[in-house]
Amino acid sequence: MSENIVSIKGLGVHYPIVGGWFGEKKIVKAVDNINIDIKRGQFFGLVGESGSGKTTLGRAILQAAPISKGEITFNDGERKFDVKSLKNQDLLDFRRRAQLIFQDPYAALSPRMTVRDIIAEPLEVMKLTENKEETNQRVRDIASECRLNIEHLRRFPHAFSGGQRQRISIARALVANPDFLVADESVAALDVSIQADILNLLKSLQKEHGLTFLFISHDLSVVAHVCDVVAVMYLGQIVEMAPNKALFRKPRHPYTAALLSAIPSLDPDAESQAIKLEGEIPSPLSPPSGCRFHTRCPHAKPRCSEEAPEWRQIDEEHFVSCHFADELNL
Amino acid sequence: MVAPLVSVRDLTVQFNTDEGRITAVNKVSFDIGPGEVLGLVGESGSGKSVTAKSLMKLNAGNTVYGPDSKITLNVDDKEIDVLSLTKPEDLLYIRGGAVSMVFQEPMASFAPALTIGKQMSETLRLHLKVSKKEAKSIAIDMLARVGISDAPTRFDQYVFELSGGMRQRAMIAMALSTKPKLLIADEPTTALDVTIQAQVLDLMQDLVEEYQMAILFITHDLGVIAQVADRITVMYLGQHVETGSVRSVLNNPQHPYTKGLMKAIPKLDDLDAPLTPIPGDIPSPLERPNGCVFHTRCSEFIEGQCSINEPEMKLVTNEHDVACFAAEKLLNSNTQEATS
Ligand SMILES: Nc1ncnc2c1ncn2[C@@H]1O[C@H](COP(=O)(O)OP(=O)(O)OP(=O)(O)O)[C@@H](O)[C@H]1O
Ligand code: SF4
Ligand SMILES: [Mg+2]
Repeated sequence: MSENIVSIKGLGVHYPIVGGWFGEKKIVKAVDNINIDIKRGQFFGLVGESGSGKTTLGRAILQAAPISKGEITFNDGERKFDVKSLKNQDLLDFRRRAQLIFQDPYAALSPRMTVRDIIAEPLEVMKLTENKEETNQRVRDIASECRLNIEHLRRFPHAFSGGQRQRISIARALVANPDFLVADESVAALDVSIQADILNLLKSLQKEHGLTFLFISHDLSVVAHVCDVVAVMYLGQIVEMAPNKALFRKPRHPYTAALLSAIPSLDPDAESQAIKLEGEIPSPLSPPSGCRFHTRCPHAKPRCSEEAPEWRQIDEEHFVSCHFADELNL
Repeated sequence: MVAPLVSVRDLTVQFNTDEGRITAVNKVSFDIGPGEVLGLVGESGSGKSVTAKSLMKLNAGNTVYGPDSKITLNVDDKEIDVLSLTKPEDLLYIRGGAVSMVFQEPMASFAPALTIGKQMSETLRLHLKVSKKEAKSIAIDMLARVGISDAPTRFDQYVFELSGGMRQRAMIAMALSTKPKLLIADEPTTALDVTIQAQVLDLMQDLVEEYQMAILFITHDLGVIAQVADRITVMYLGQHVETGSVRSVLNNPQHPYTKGLMKAIPKLDDLDAPLTPIPGDIPSPLERPNGCVFHTRCSEFIEGQCSINEPEMKLVTNEHDVACFAAEKLLNSNTQEATS
């Protein structure tokens, strides 16, 4: 039995778009050539700047973005799915096992749904319960596990704070008993105290139910605290992946190093060590040749613009795609 | 002693709403010296933006300022009583002239139908007596100064044609083009990616030095505050609870709320440290607790005191004040120990 719940090989998510002066067809490679495995029970972090493709990758795993190239295998130990080709009953079964936690249930759903309806919807759509009484019981159980006030189930979510809305989202994602969850920017808009509370909740639910998480965030300090393994994305590709501590103590890709150096320190006397990156992130419509990071990389050499670096293992469970990862002292 | 550039005393701001009158800011006082960066931190809804907007008398129509509230601006040897201003030309002076503001969302600062250049020129001509041609050259110069490449081309573009980082820079360029004495920056980098944030913060610090400009810097990110601010004021439920030099407050927080914030923040130098939330929820502004506003969530709560009396700001050290009975008690016992 494989220990990988998600196994991604050569994944590409490409969108055709019509643009330019003459309405020419172009292809955006929102996600390109990704090869990673997520092990069962992991809290897997995915970081990168806006537009780097984090959300698209998460959606592809849930079969909510087109898989243009490569394959994704999902295996929770009970059943194995080839995610790309799922249909009908199989797709429904897969959806029960792999769920998304909405960033804001109020924005994503009908404002006329009560908290109870929002949480119950997956059960009702997938017909997972025998009757309404069973549905309600299940909703109450999961709501109290997510520390929601049972009295609040009859209310509408607009009256709730950011932290409470996030709990509603988590309860909804968990109600059908999934094994795998994608949490996309789940704590992004929250104050630090509420953020700490939600992160603790996710971690305790993970332990209790043996869940696997794909935790997507732009906030590196948060990821550093909650994730077991972290992958860093840049312009549609993963440039580095390693166990949490290895990545934060000794990054091997120049982009990861720059990202970490830019986090403002809480120590007022710490000199800013931010590695200056030139320019802005290039458009994914015309990504740079060779290594996609070469236009901003402080260590780029002629080879970098000519040849795309391979995705390779550099240390135990540590993967990187940079020609010079072995020689650079970052 | 140099007179502060801005002095805020007992600022109280209330809003008339359908549910009644709510207090958004309650008796807040602080000074900002010339060229000083004051960081304002606190949770969402704590009244940071309302405080900042008061400095430009920019709050909405349903605003009621408390009778004792006083905001004094000392510029060009003039003493301006901000809250008493009513004439449009006087208000203009504190809205984009001597004081200017950058927001979290740059689109809020620009009209979508005008080019960046047109808006910058208009702002300049409104506040400085310059010709069209001069305004254009100041604007282009300023765009270049904030690191926008190819400024003459950008001058003729619309905001939506720029990337997020560029927009933020363009907004800062516009806010700084009139050389304000005070810049109010409300979450200016929150929407930016960290690498771009680092560039923008660098830029702001350079400009502070060059123009001797003061900044009221609002952010929920204590890391950003640690890097840019000289002093810091912590707000909770419309009240200032702790204020002092950034070193003293962050390295040695005295108020239970500030201490709670520090324990909830993920720190990169200690990845195994647990993240501890502050217990309970922020009370609604319609139900402000009596006594100390923080007492419903406080772990150092003193029975018979904190829920009845309001703690006042007390000096911890020369450069650090706190409003908390527990902190006061500790302070007193420490000084007694020291003297005995
Ligand atoms: N025009 C208004 N009418 C009624 N209430 C208002 C008005 N403007 C602000 N408030 C209220 O005043 C309180 C303080 O709001 P403020 O925007 O200053 O908070 P903040 O600290 O800036 O929060 P954030 O971190 O979310 O920006 C809030 O309860 C807010 O809802
Ligand atoms: S005054 Fe009392 S309730 Fe308020 S912060 Fe201090 S100890 Fe806590
Ligand atoms: Mg605000």
